Amino acid sequence: MASSKEVLFNPILDNNPIALQVLGICSALAVTVSMANTLVMCAAVTAVTAFSSLFISMLRNHMPSSIRIIVQMTIIASLVIVVDQLLQAYAFAISKTLSVFVGLIITNCIVLGRAEGFAMQNPPGLSFLDGIGNGLGYSALLVTVALIREPLGAGTLMGYEILPTVNNGGWYVPNGLMLLAPSAFFIIGLLIWALRSWKREQVESADFEIADNIQYREAL
Amino acid sequence: MEYYLSLFVRAVFIDNMALTFFLGMCTFIAISKKISTAVGLGIAVVVVLGITVPVNNLIYQHLLREGALSWAGYPEADLSFLGYLSYIGVIAALVQILEMFLDKYVPALYNALGVFLPLITVNCAILGASLFMVERDYTFGESAVFGLGAGVGWMLAITALAGVREKLKYSDVPEGLRGLGITFISVGLISLCFMSFGGIDL
Repeated sequence: MASSKEVLFNPILDNNPIALQVLGICSALAVTVSMANTLVMCAAVTAVTAFSSLFISMLRNHMPSSIRIIVQMTIIASLVIVVDQLLQAYAFAISKTLSVFVGLIITNCIVLGRAEGFAMQNPPGLSFLDGIGNGLGYSALLVTVALIREPLGAGTLMGYEILPTVNNGGWYVPNGLMLLAPSAFFIIGLLIWALRSWKREQVESADFEIADNIQYREAL
Repeated sequence: MEYYLSLFVRAVFIDNMALTFFLGMCTFIAISKKISTAVGLGIAVVVVLGITVPVNNLIYQHLLREGALSWAGYPEADLSFLGYLSYIGVIAALVQILEMFLDKYVPALYNALGVFLPLITVNCAILGASLFMVERDYTFGESAVFGLGAGVGWMLAITALAGVREKLKYSDVPEGLRGLGITFISVGLISLCFMSFGGIDL
């Protein structure tokens, strides 16, 4: 049985949901244009993952396996409705800019992936920690991406100007590409490269080994 | 007619589900190693999107939206907060029905789609299209066209990526970028190409 500390902190670097498990990429890319949106999104995903793992783990011995996906979806969808209503009540502007992405937490693969992969076999307390841990792993990557995209794209961070842009009499010419969709892919790709150069055991094996170049004569 | 055609083209190219809104990314990246499986999954997505978006539109228009229940004598009822639960329920149920129907009457297609059909329930592109339909307030006709267009666009994107990845596996990629890393960067480049459609005004 894994210790609770491992369950909580492993997903951040060693088993990151986005960089290694390929889960939950969908919403990861679209909300990272601004830091404020990213933080709200991370909090929402962490809360939903943690509580859905908790409740699914509590019910795991009472669920017939043939209908378990429907039961899990119902629990997750109800939690997302709670989060969405809270956002609309207390942070209406942010809830408008996040638009459909709050609803899409339902189909965020992290939530269902952890429910299927961990909460169905483990006791509630540990599942709750696993949910928080995976939420934190997701948040760590998202916050890093937003930390690159917002300052380079708009010269601001959390809405405060940190790189004075040319339009406001400063020196920084904003890089418009950073605000557009493709930059998120490049940044995540490069982050995965950085992470894997550091943690070498995450490197995937190549499909084909490239043979050494040999001289024509040596081949004979 | 022209209006529907432009809505369709817009959904396929300009507002591409996968490359502009990043929807359905998990399956998009996980199941794009071979062109044949990518096309199979794409067809399944087109079918499911083409059915679920109009059906969810009917549910939204006649049951959930504010004042929609006036035919039942509850003119002030607003059930739109139940949206997520009903859309995902409809999607899960429809995928299940489609699976049983295909198994019984079109076994060839059923075998071709295989494990992808149940996977589609948790594909963000399906739920995303329904949520966009609600947000943009489409009518029934518009939502049918939009659903089909979104599906075709997603299929186009995953086929393109699978084509790139089939060639990519023979190339010498730096160690840390192998697999997931280089896939992300290729998707970024494809998405950059699709942005060139953005200037088209329909």
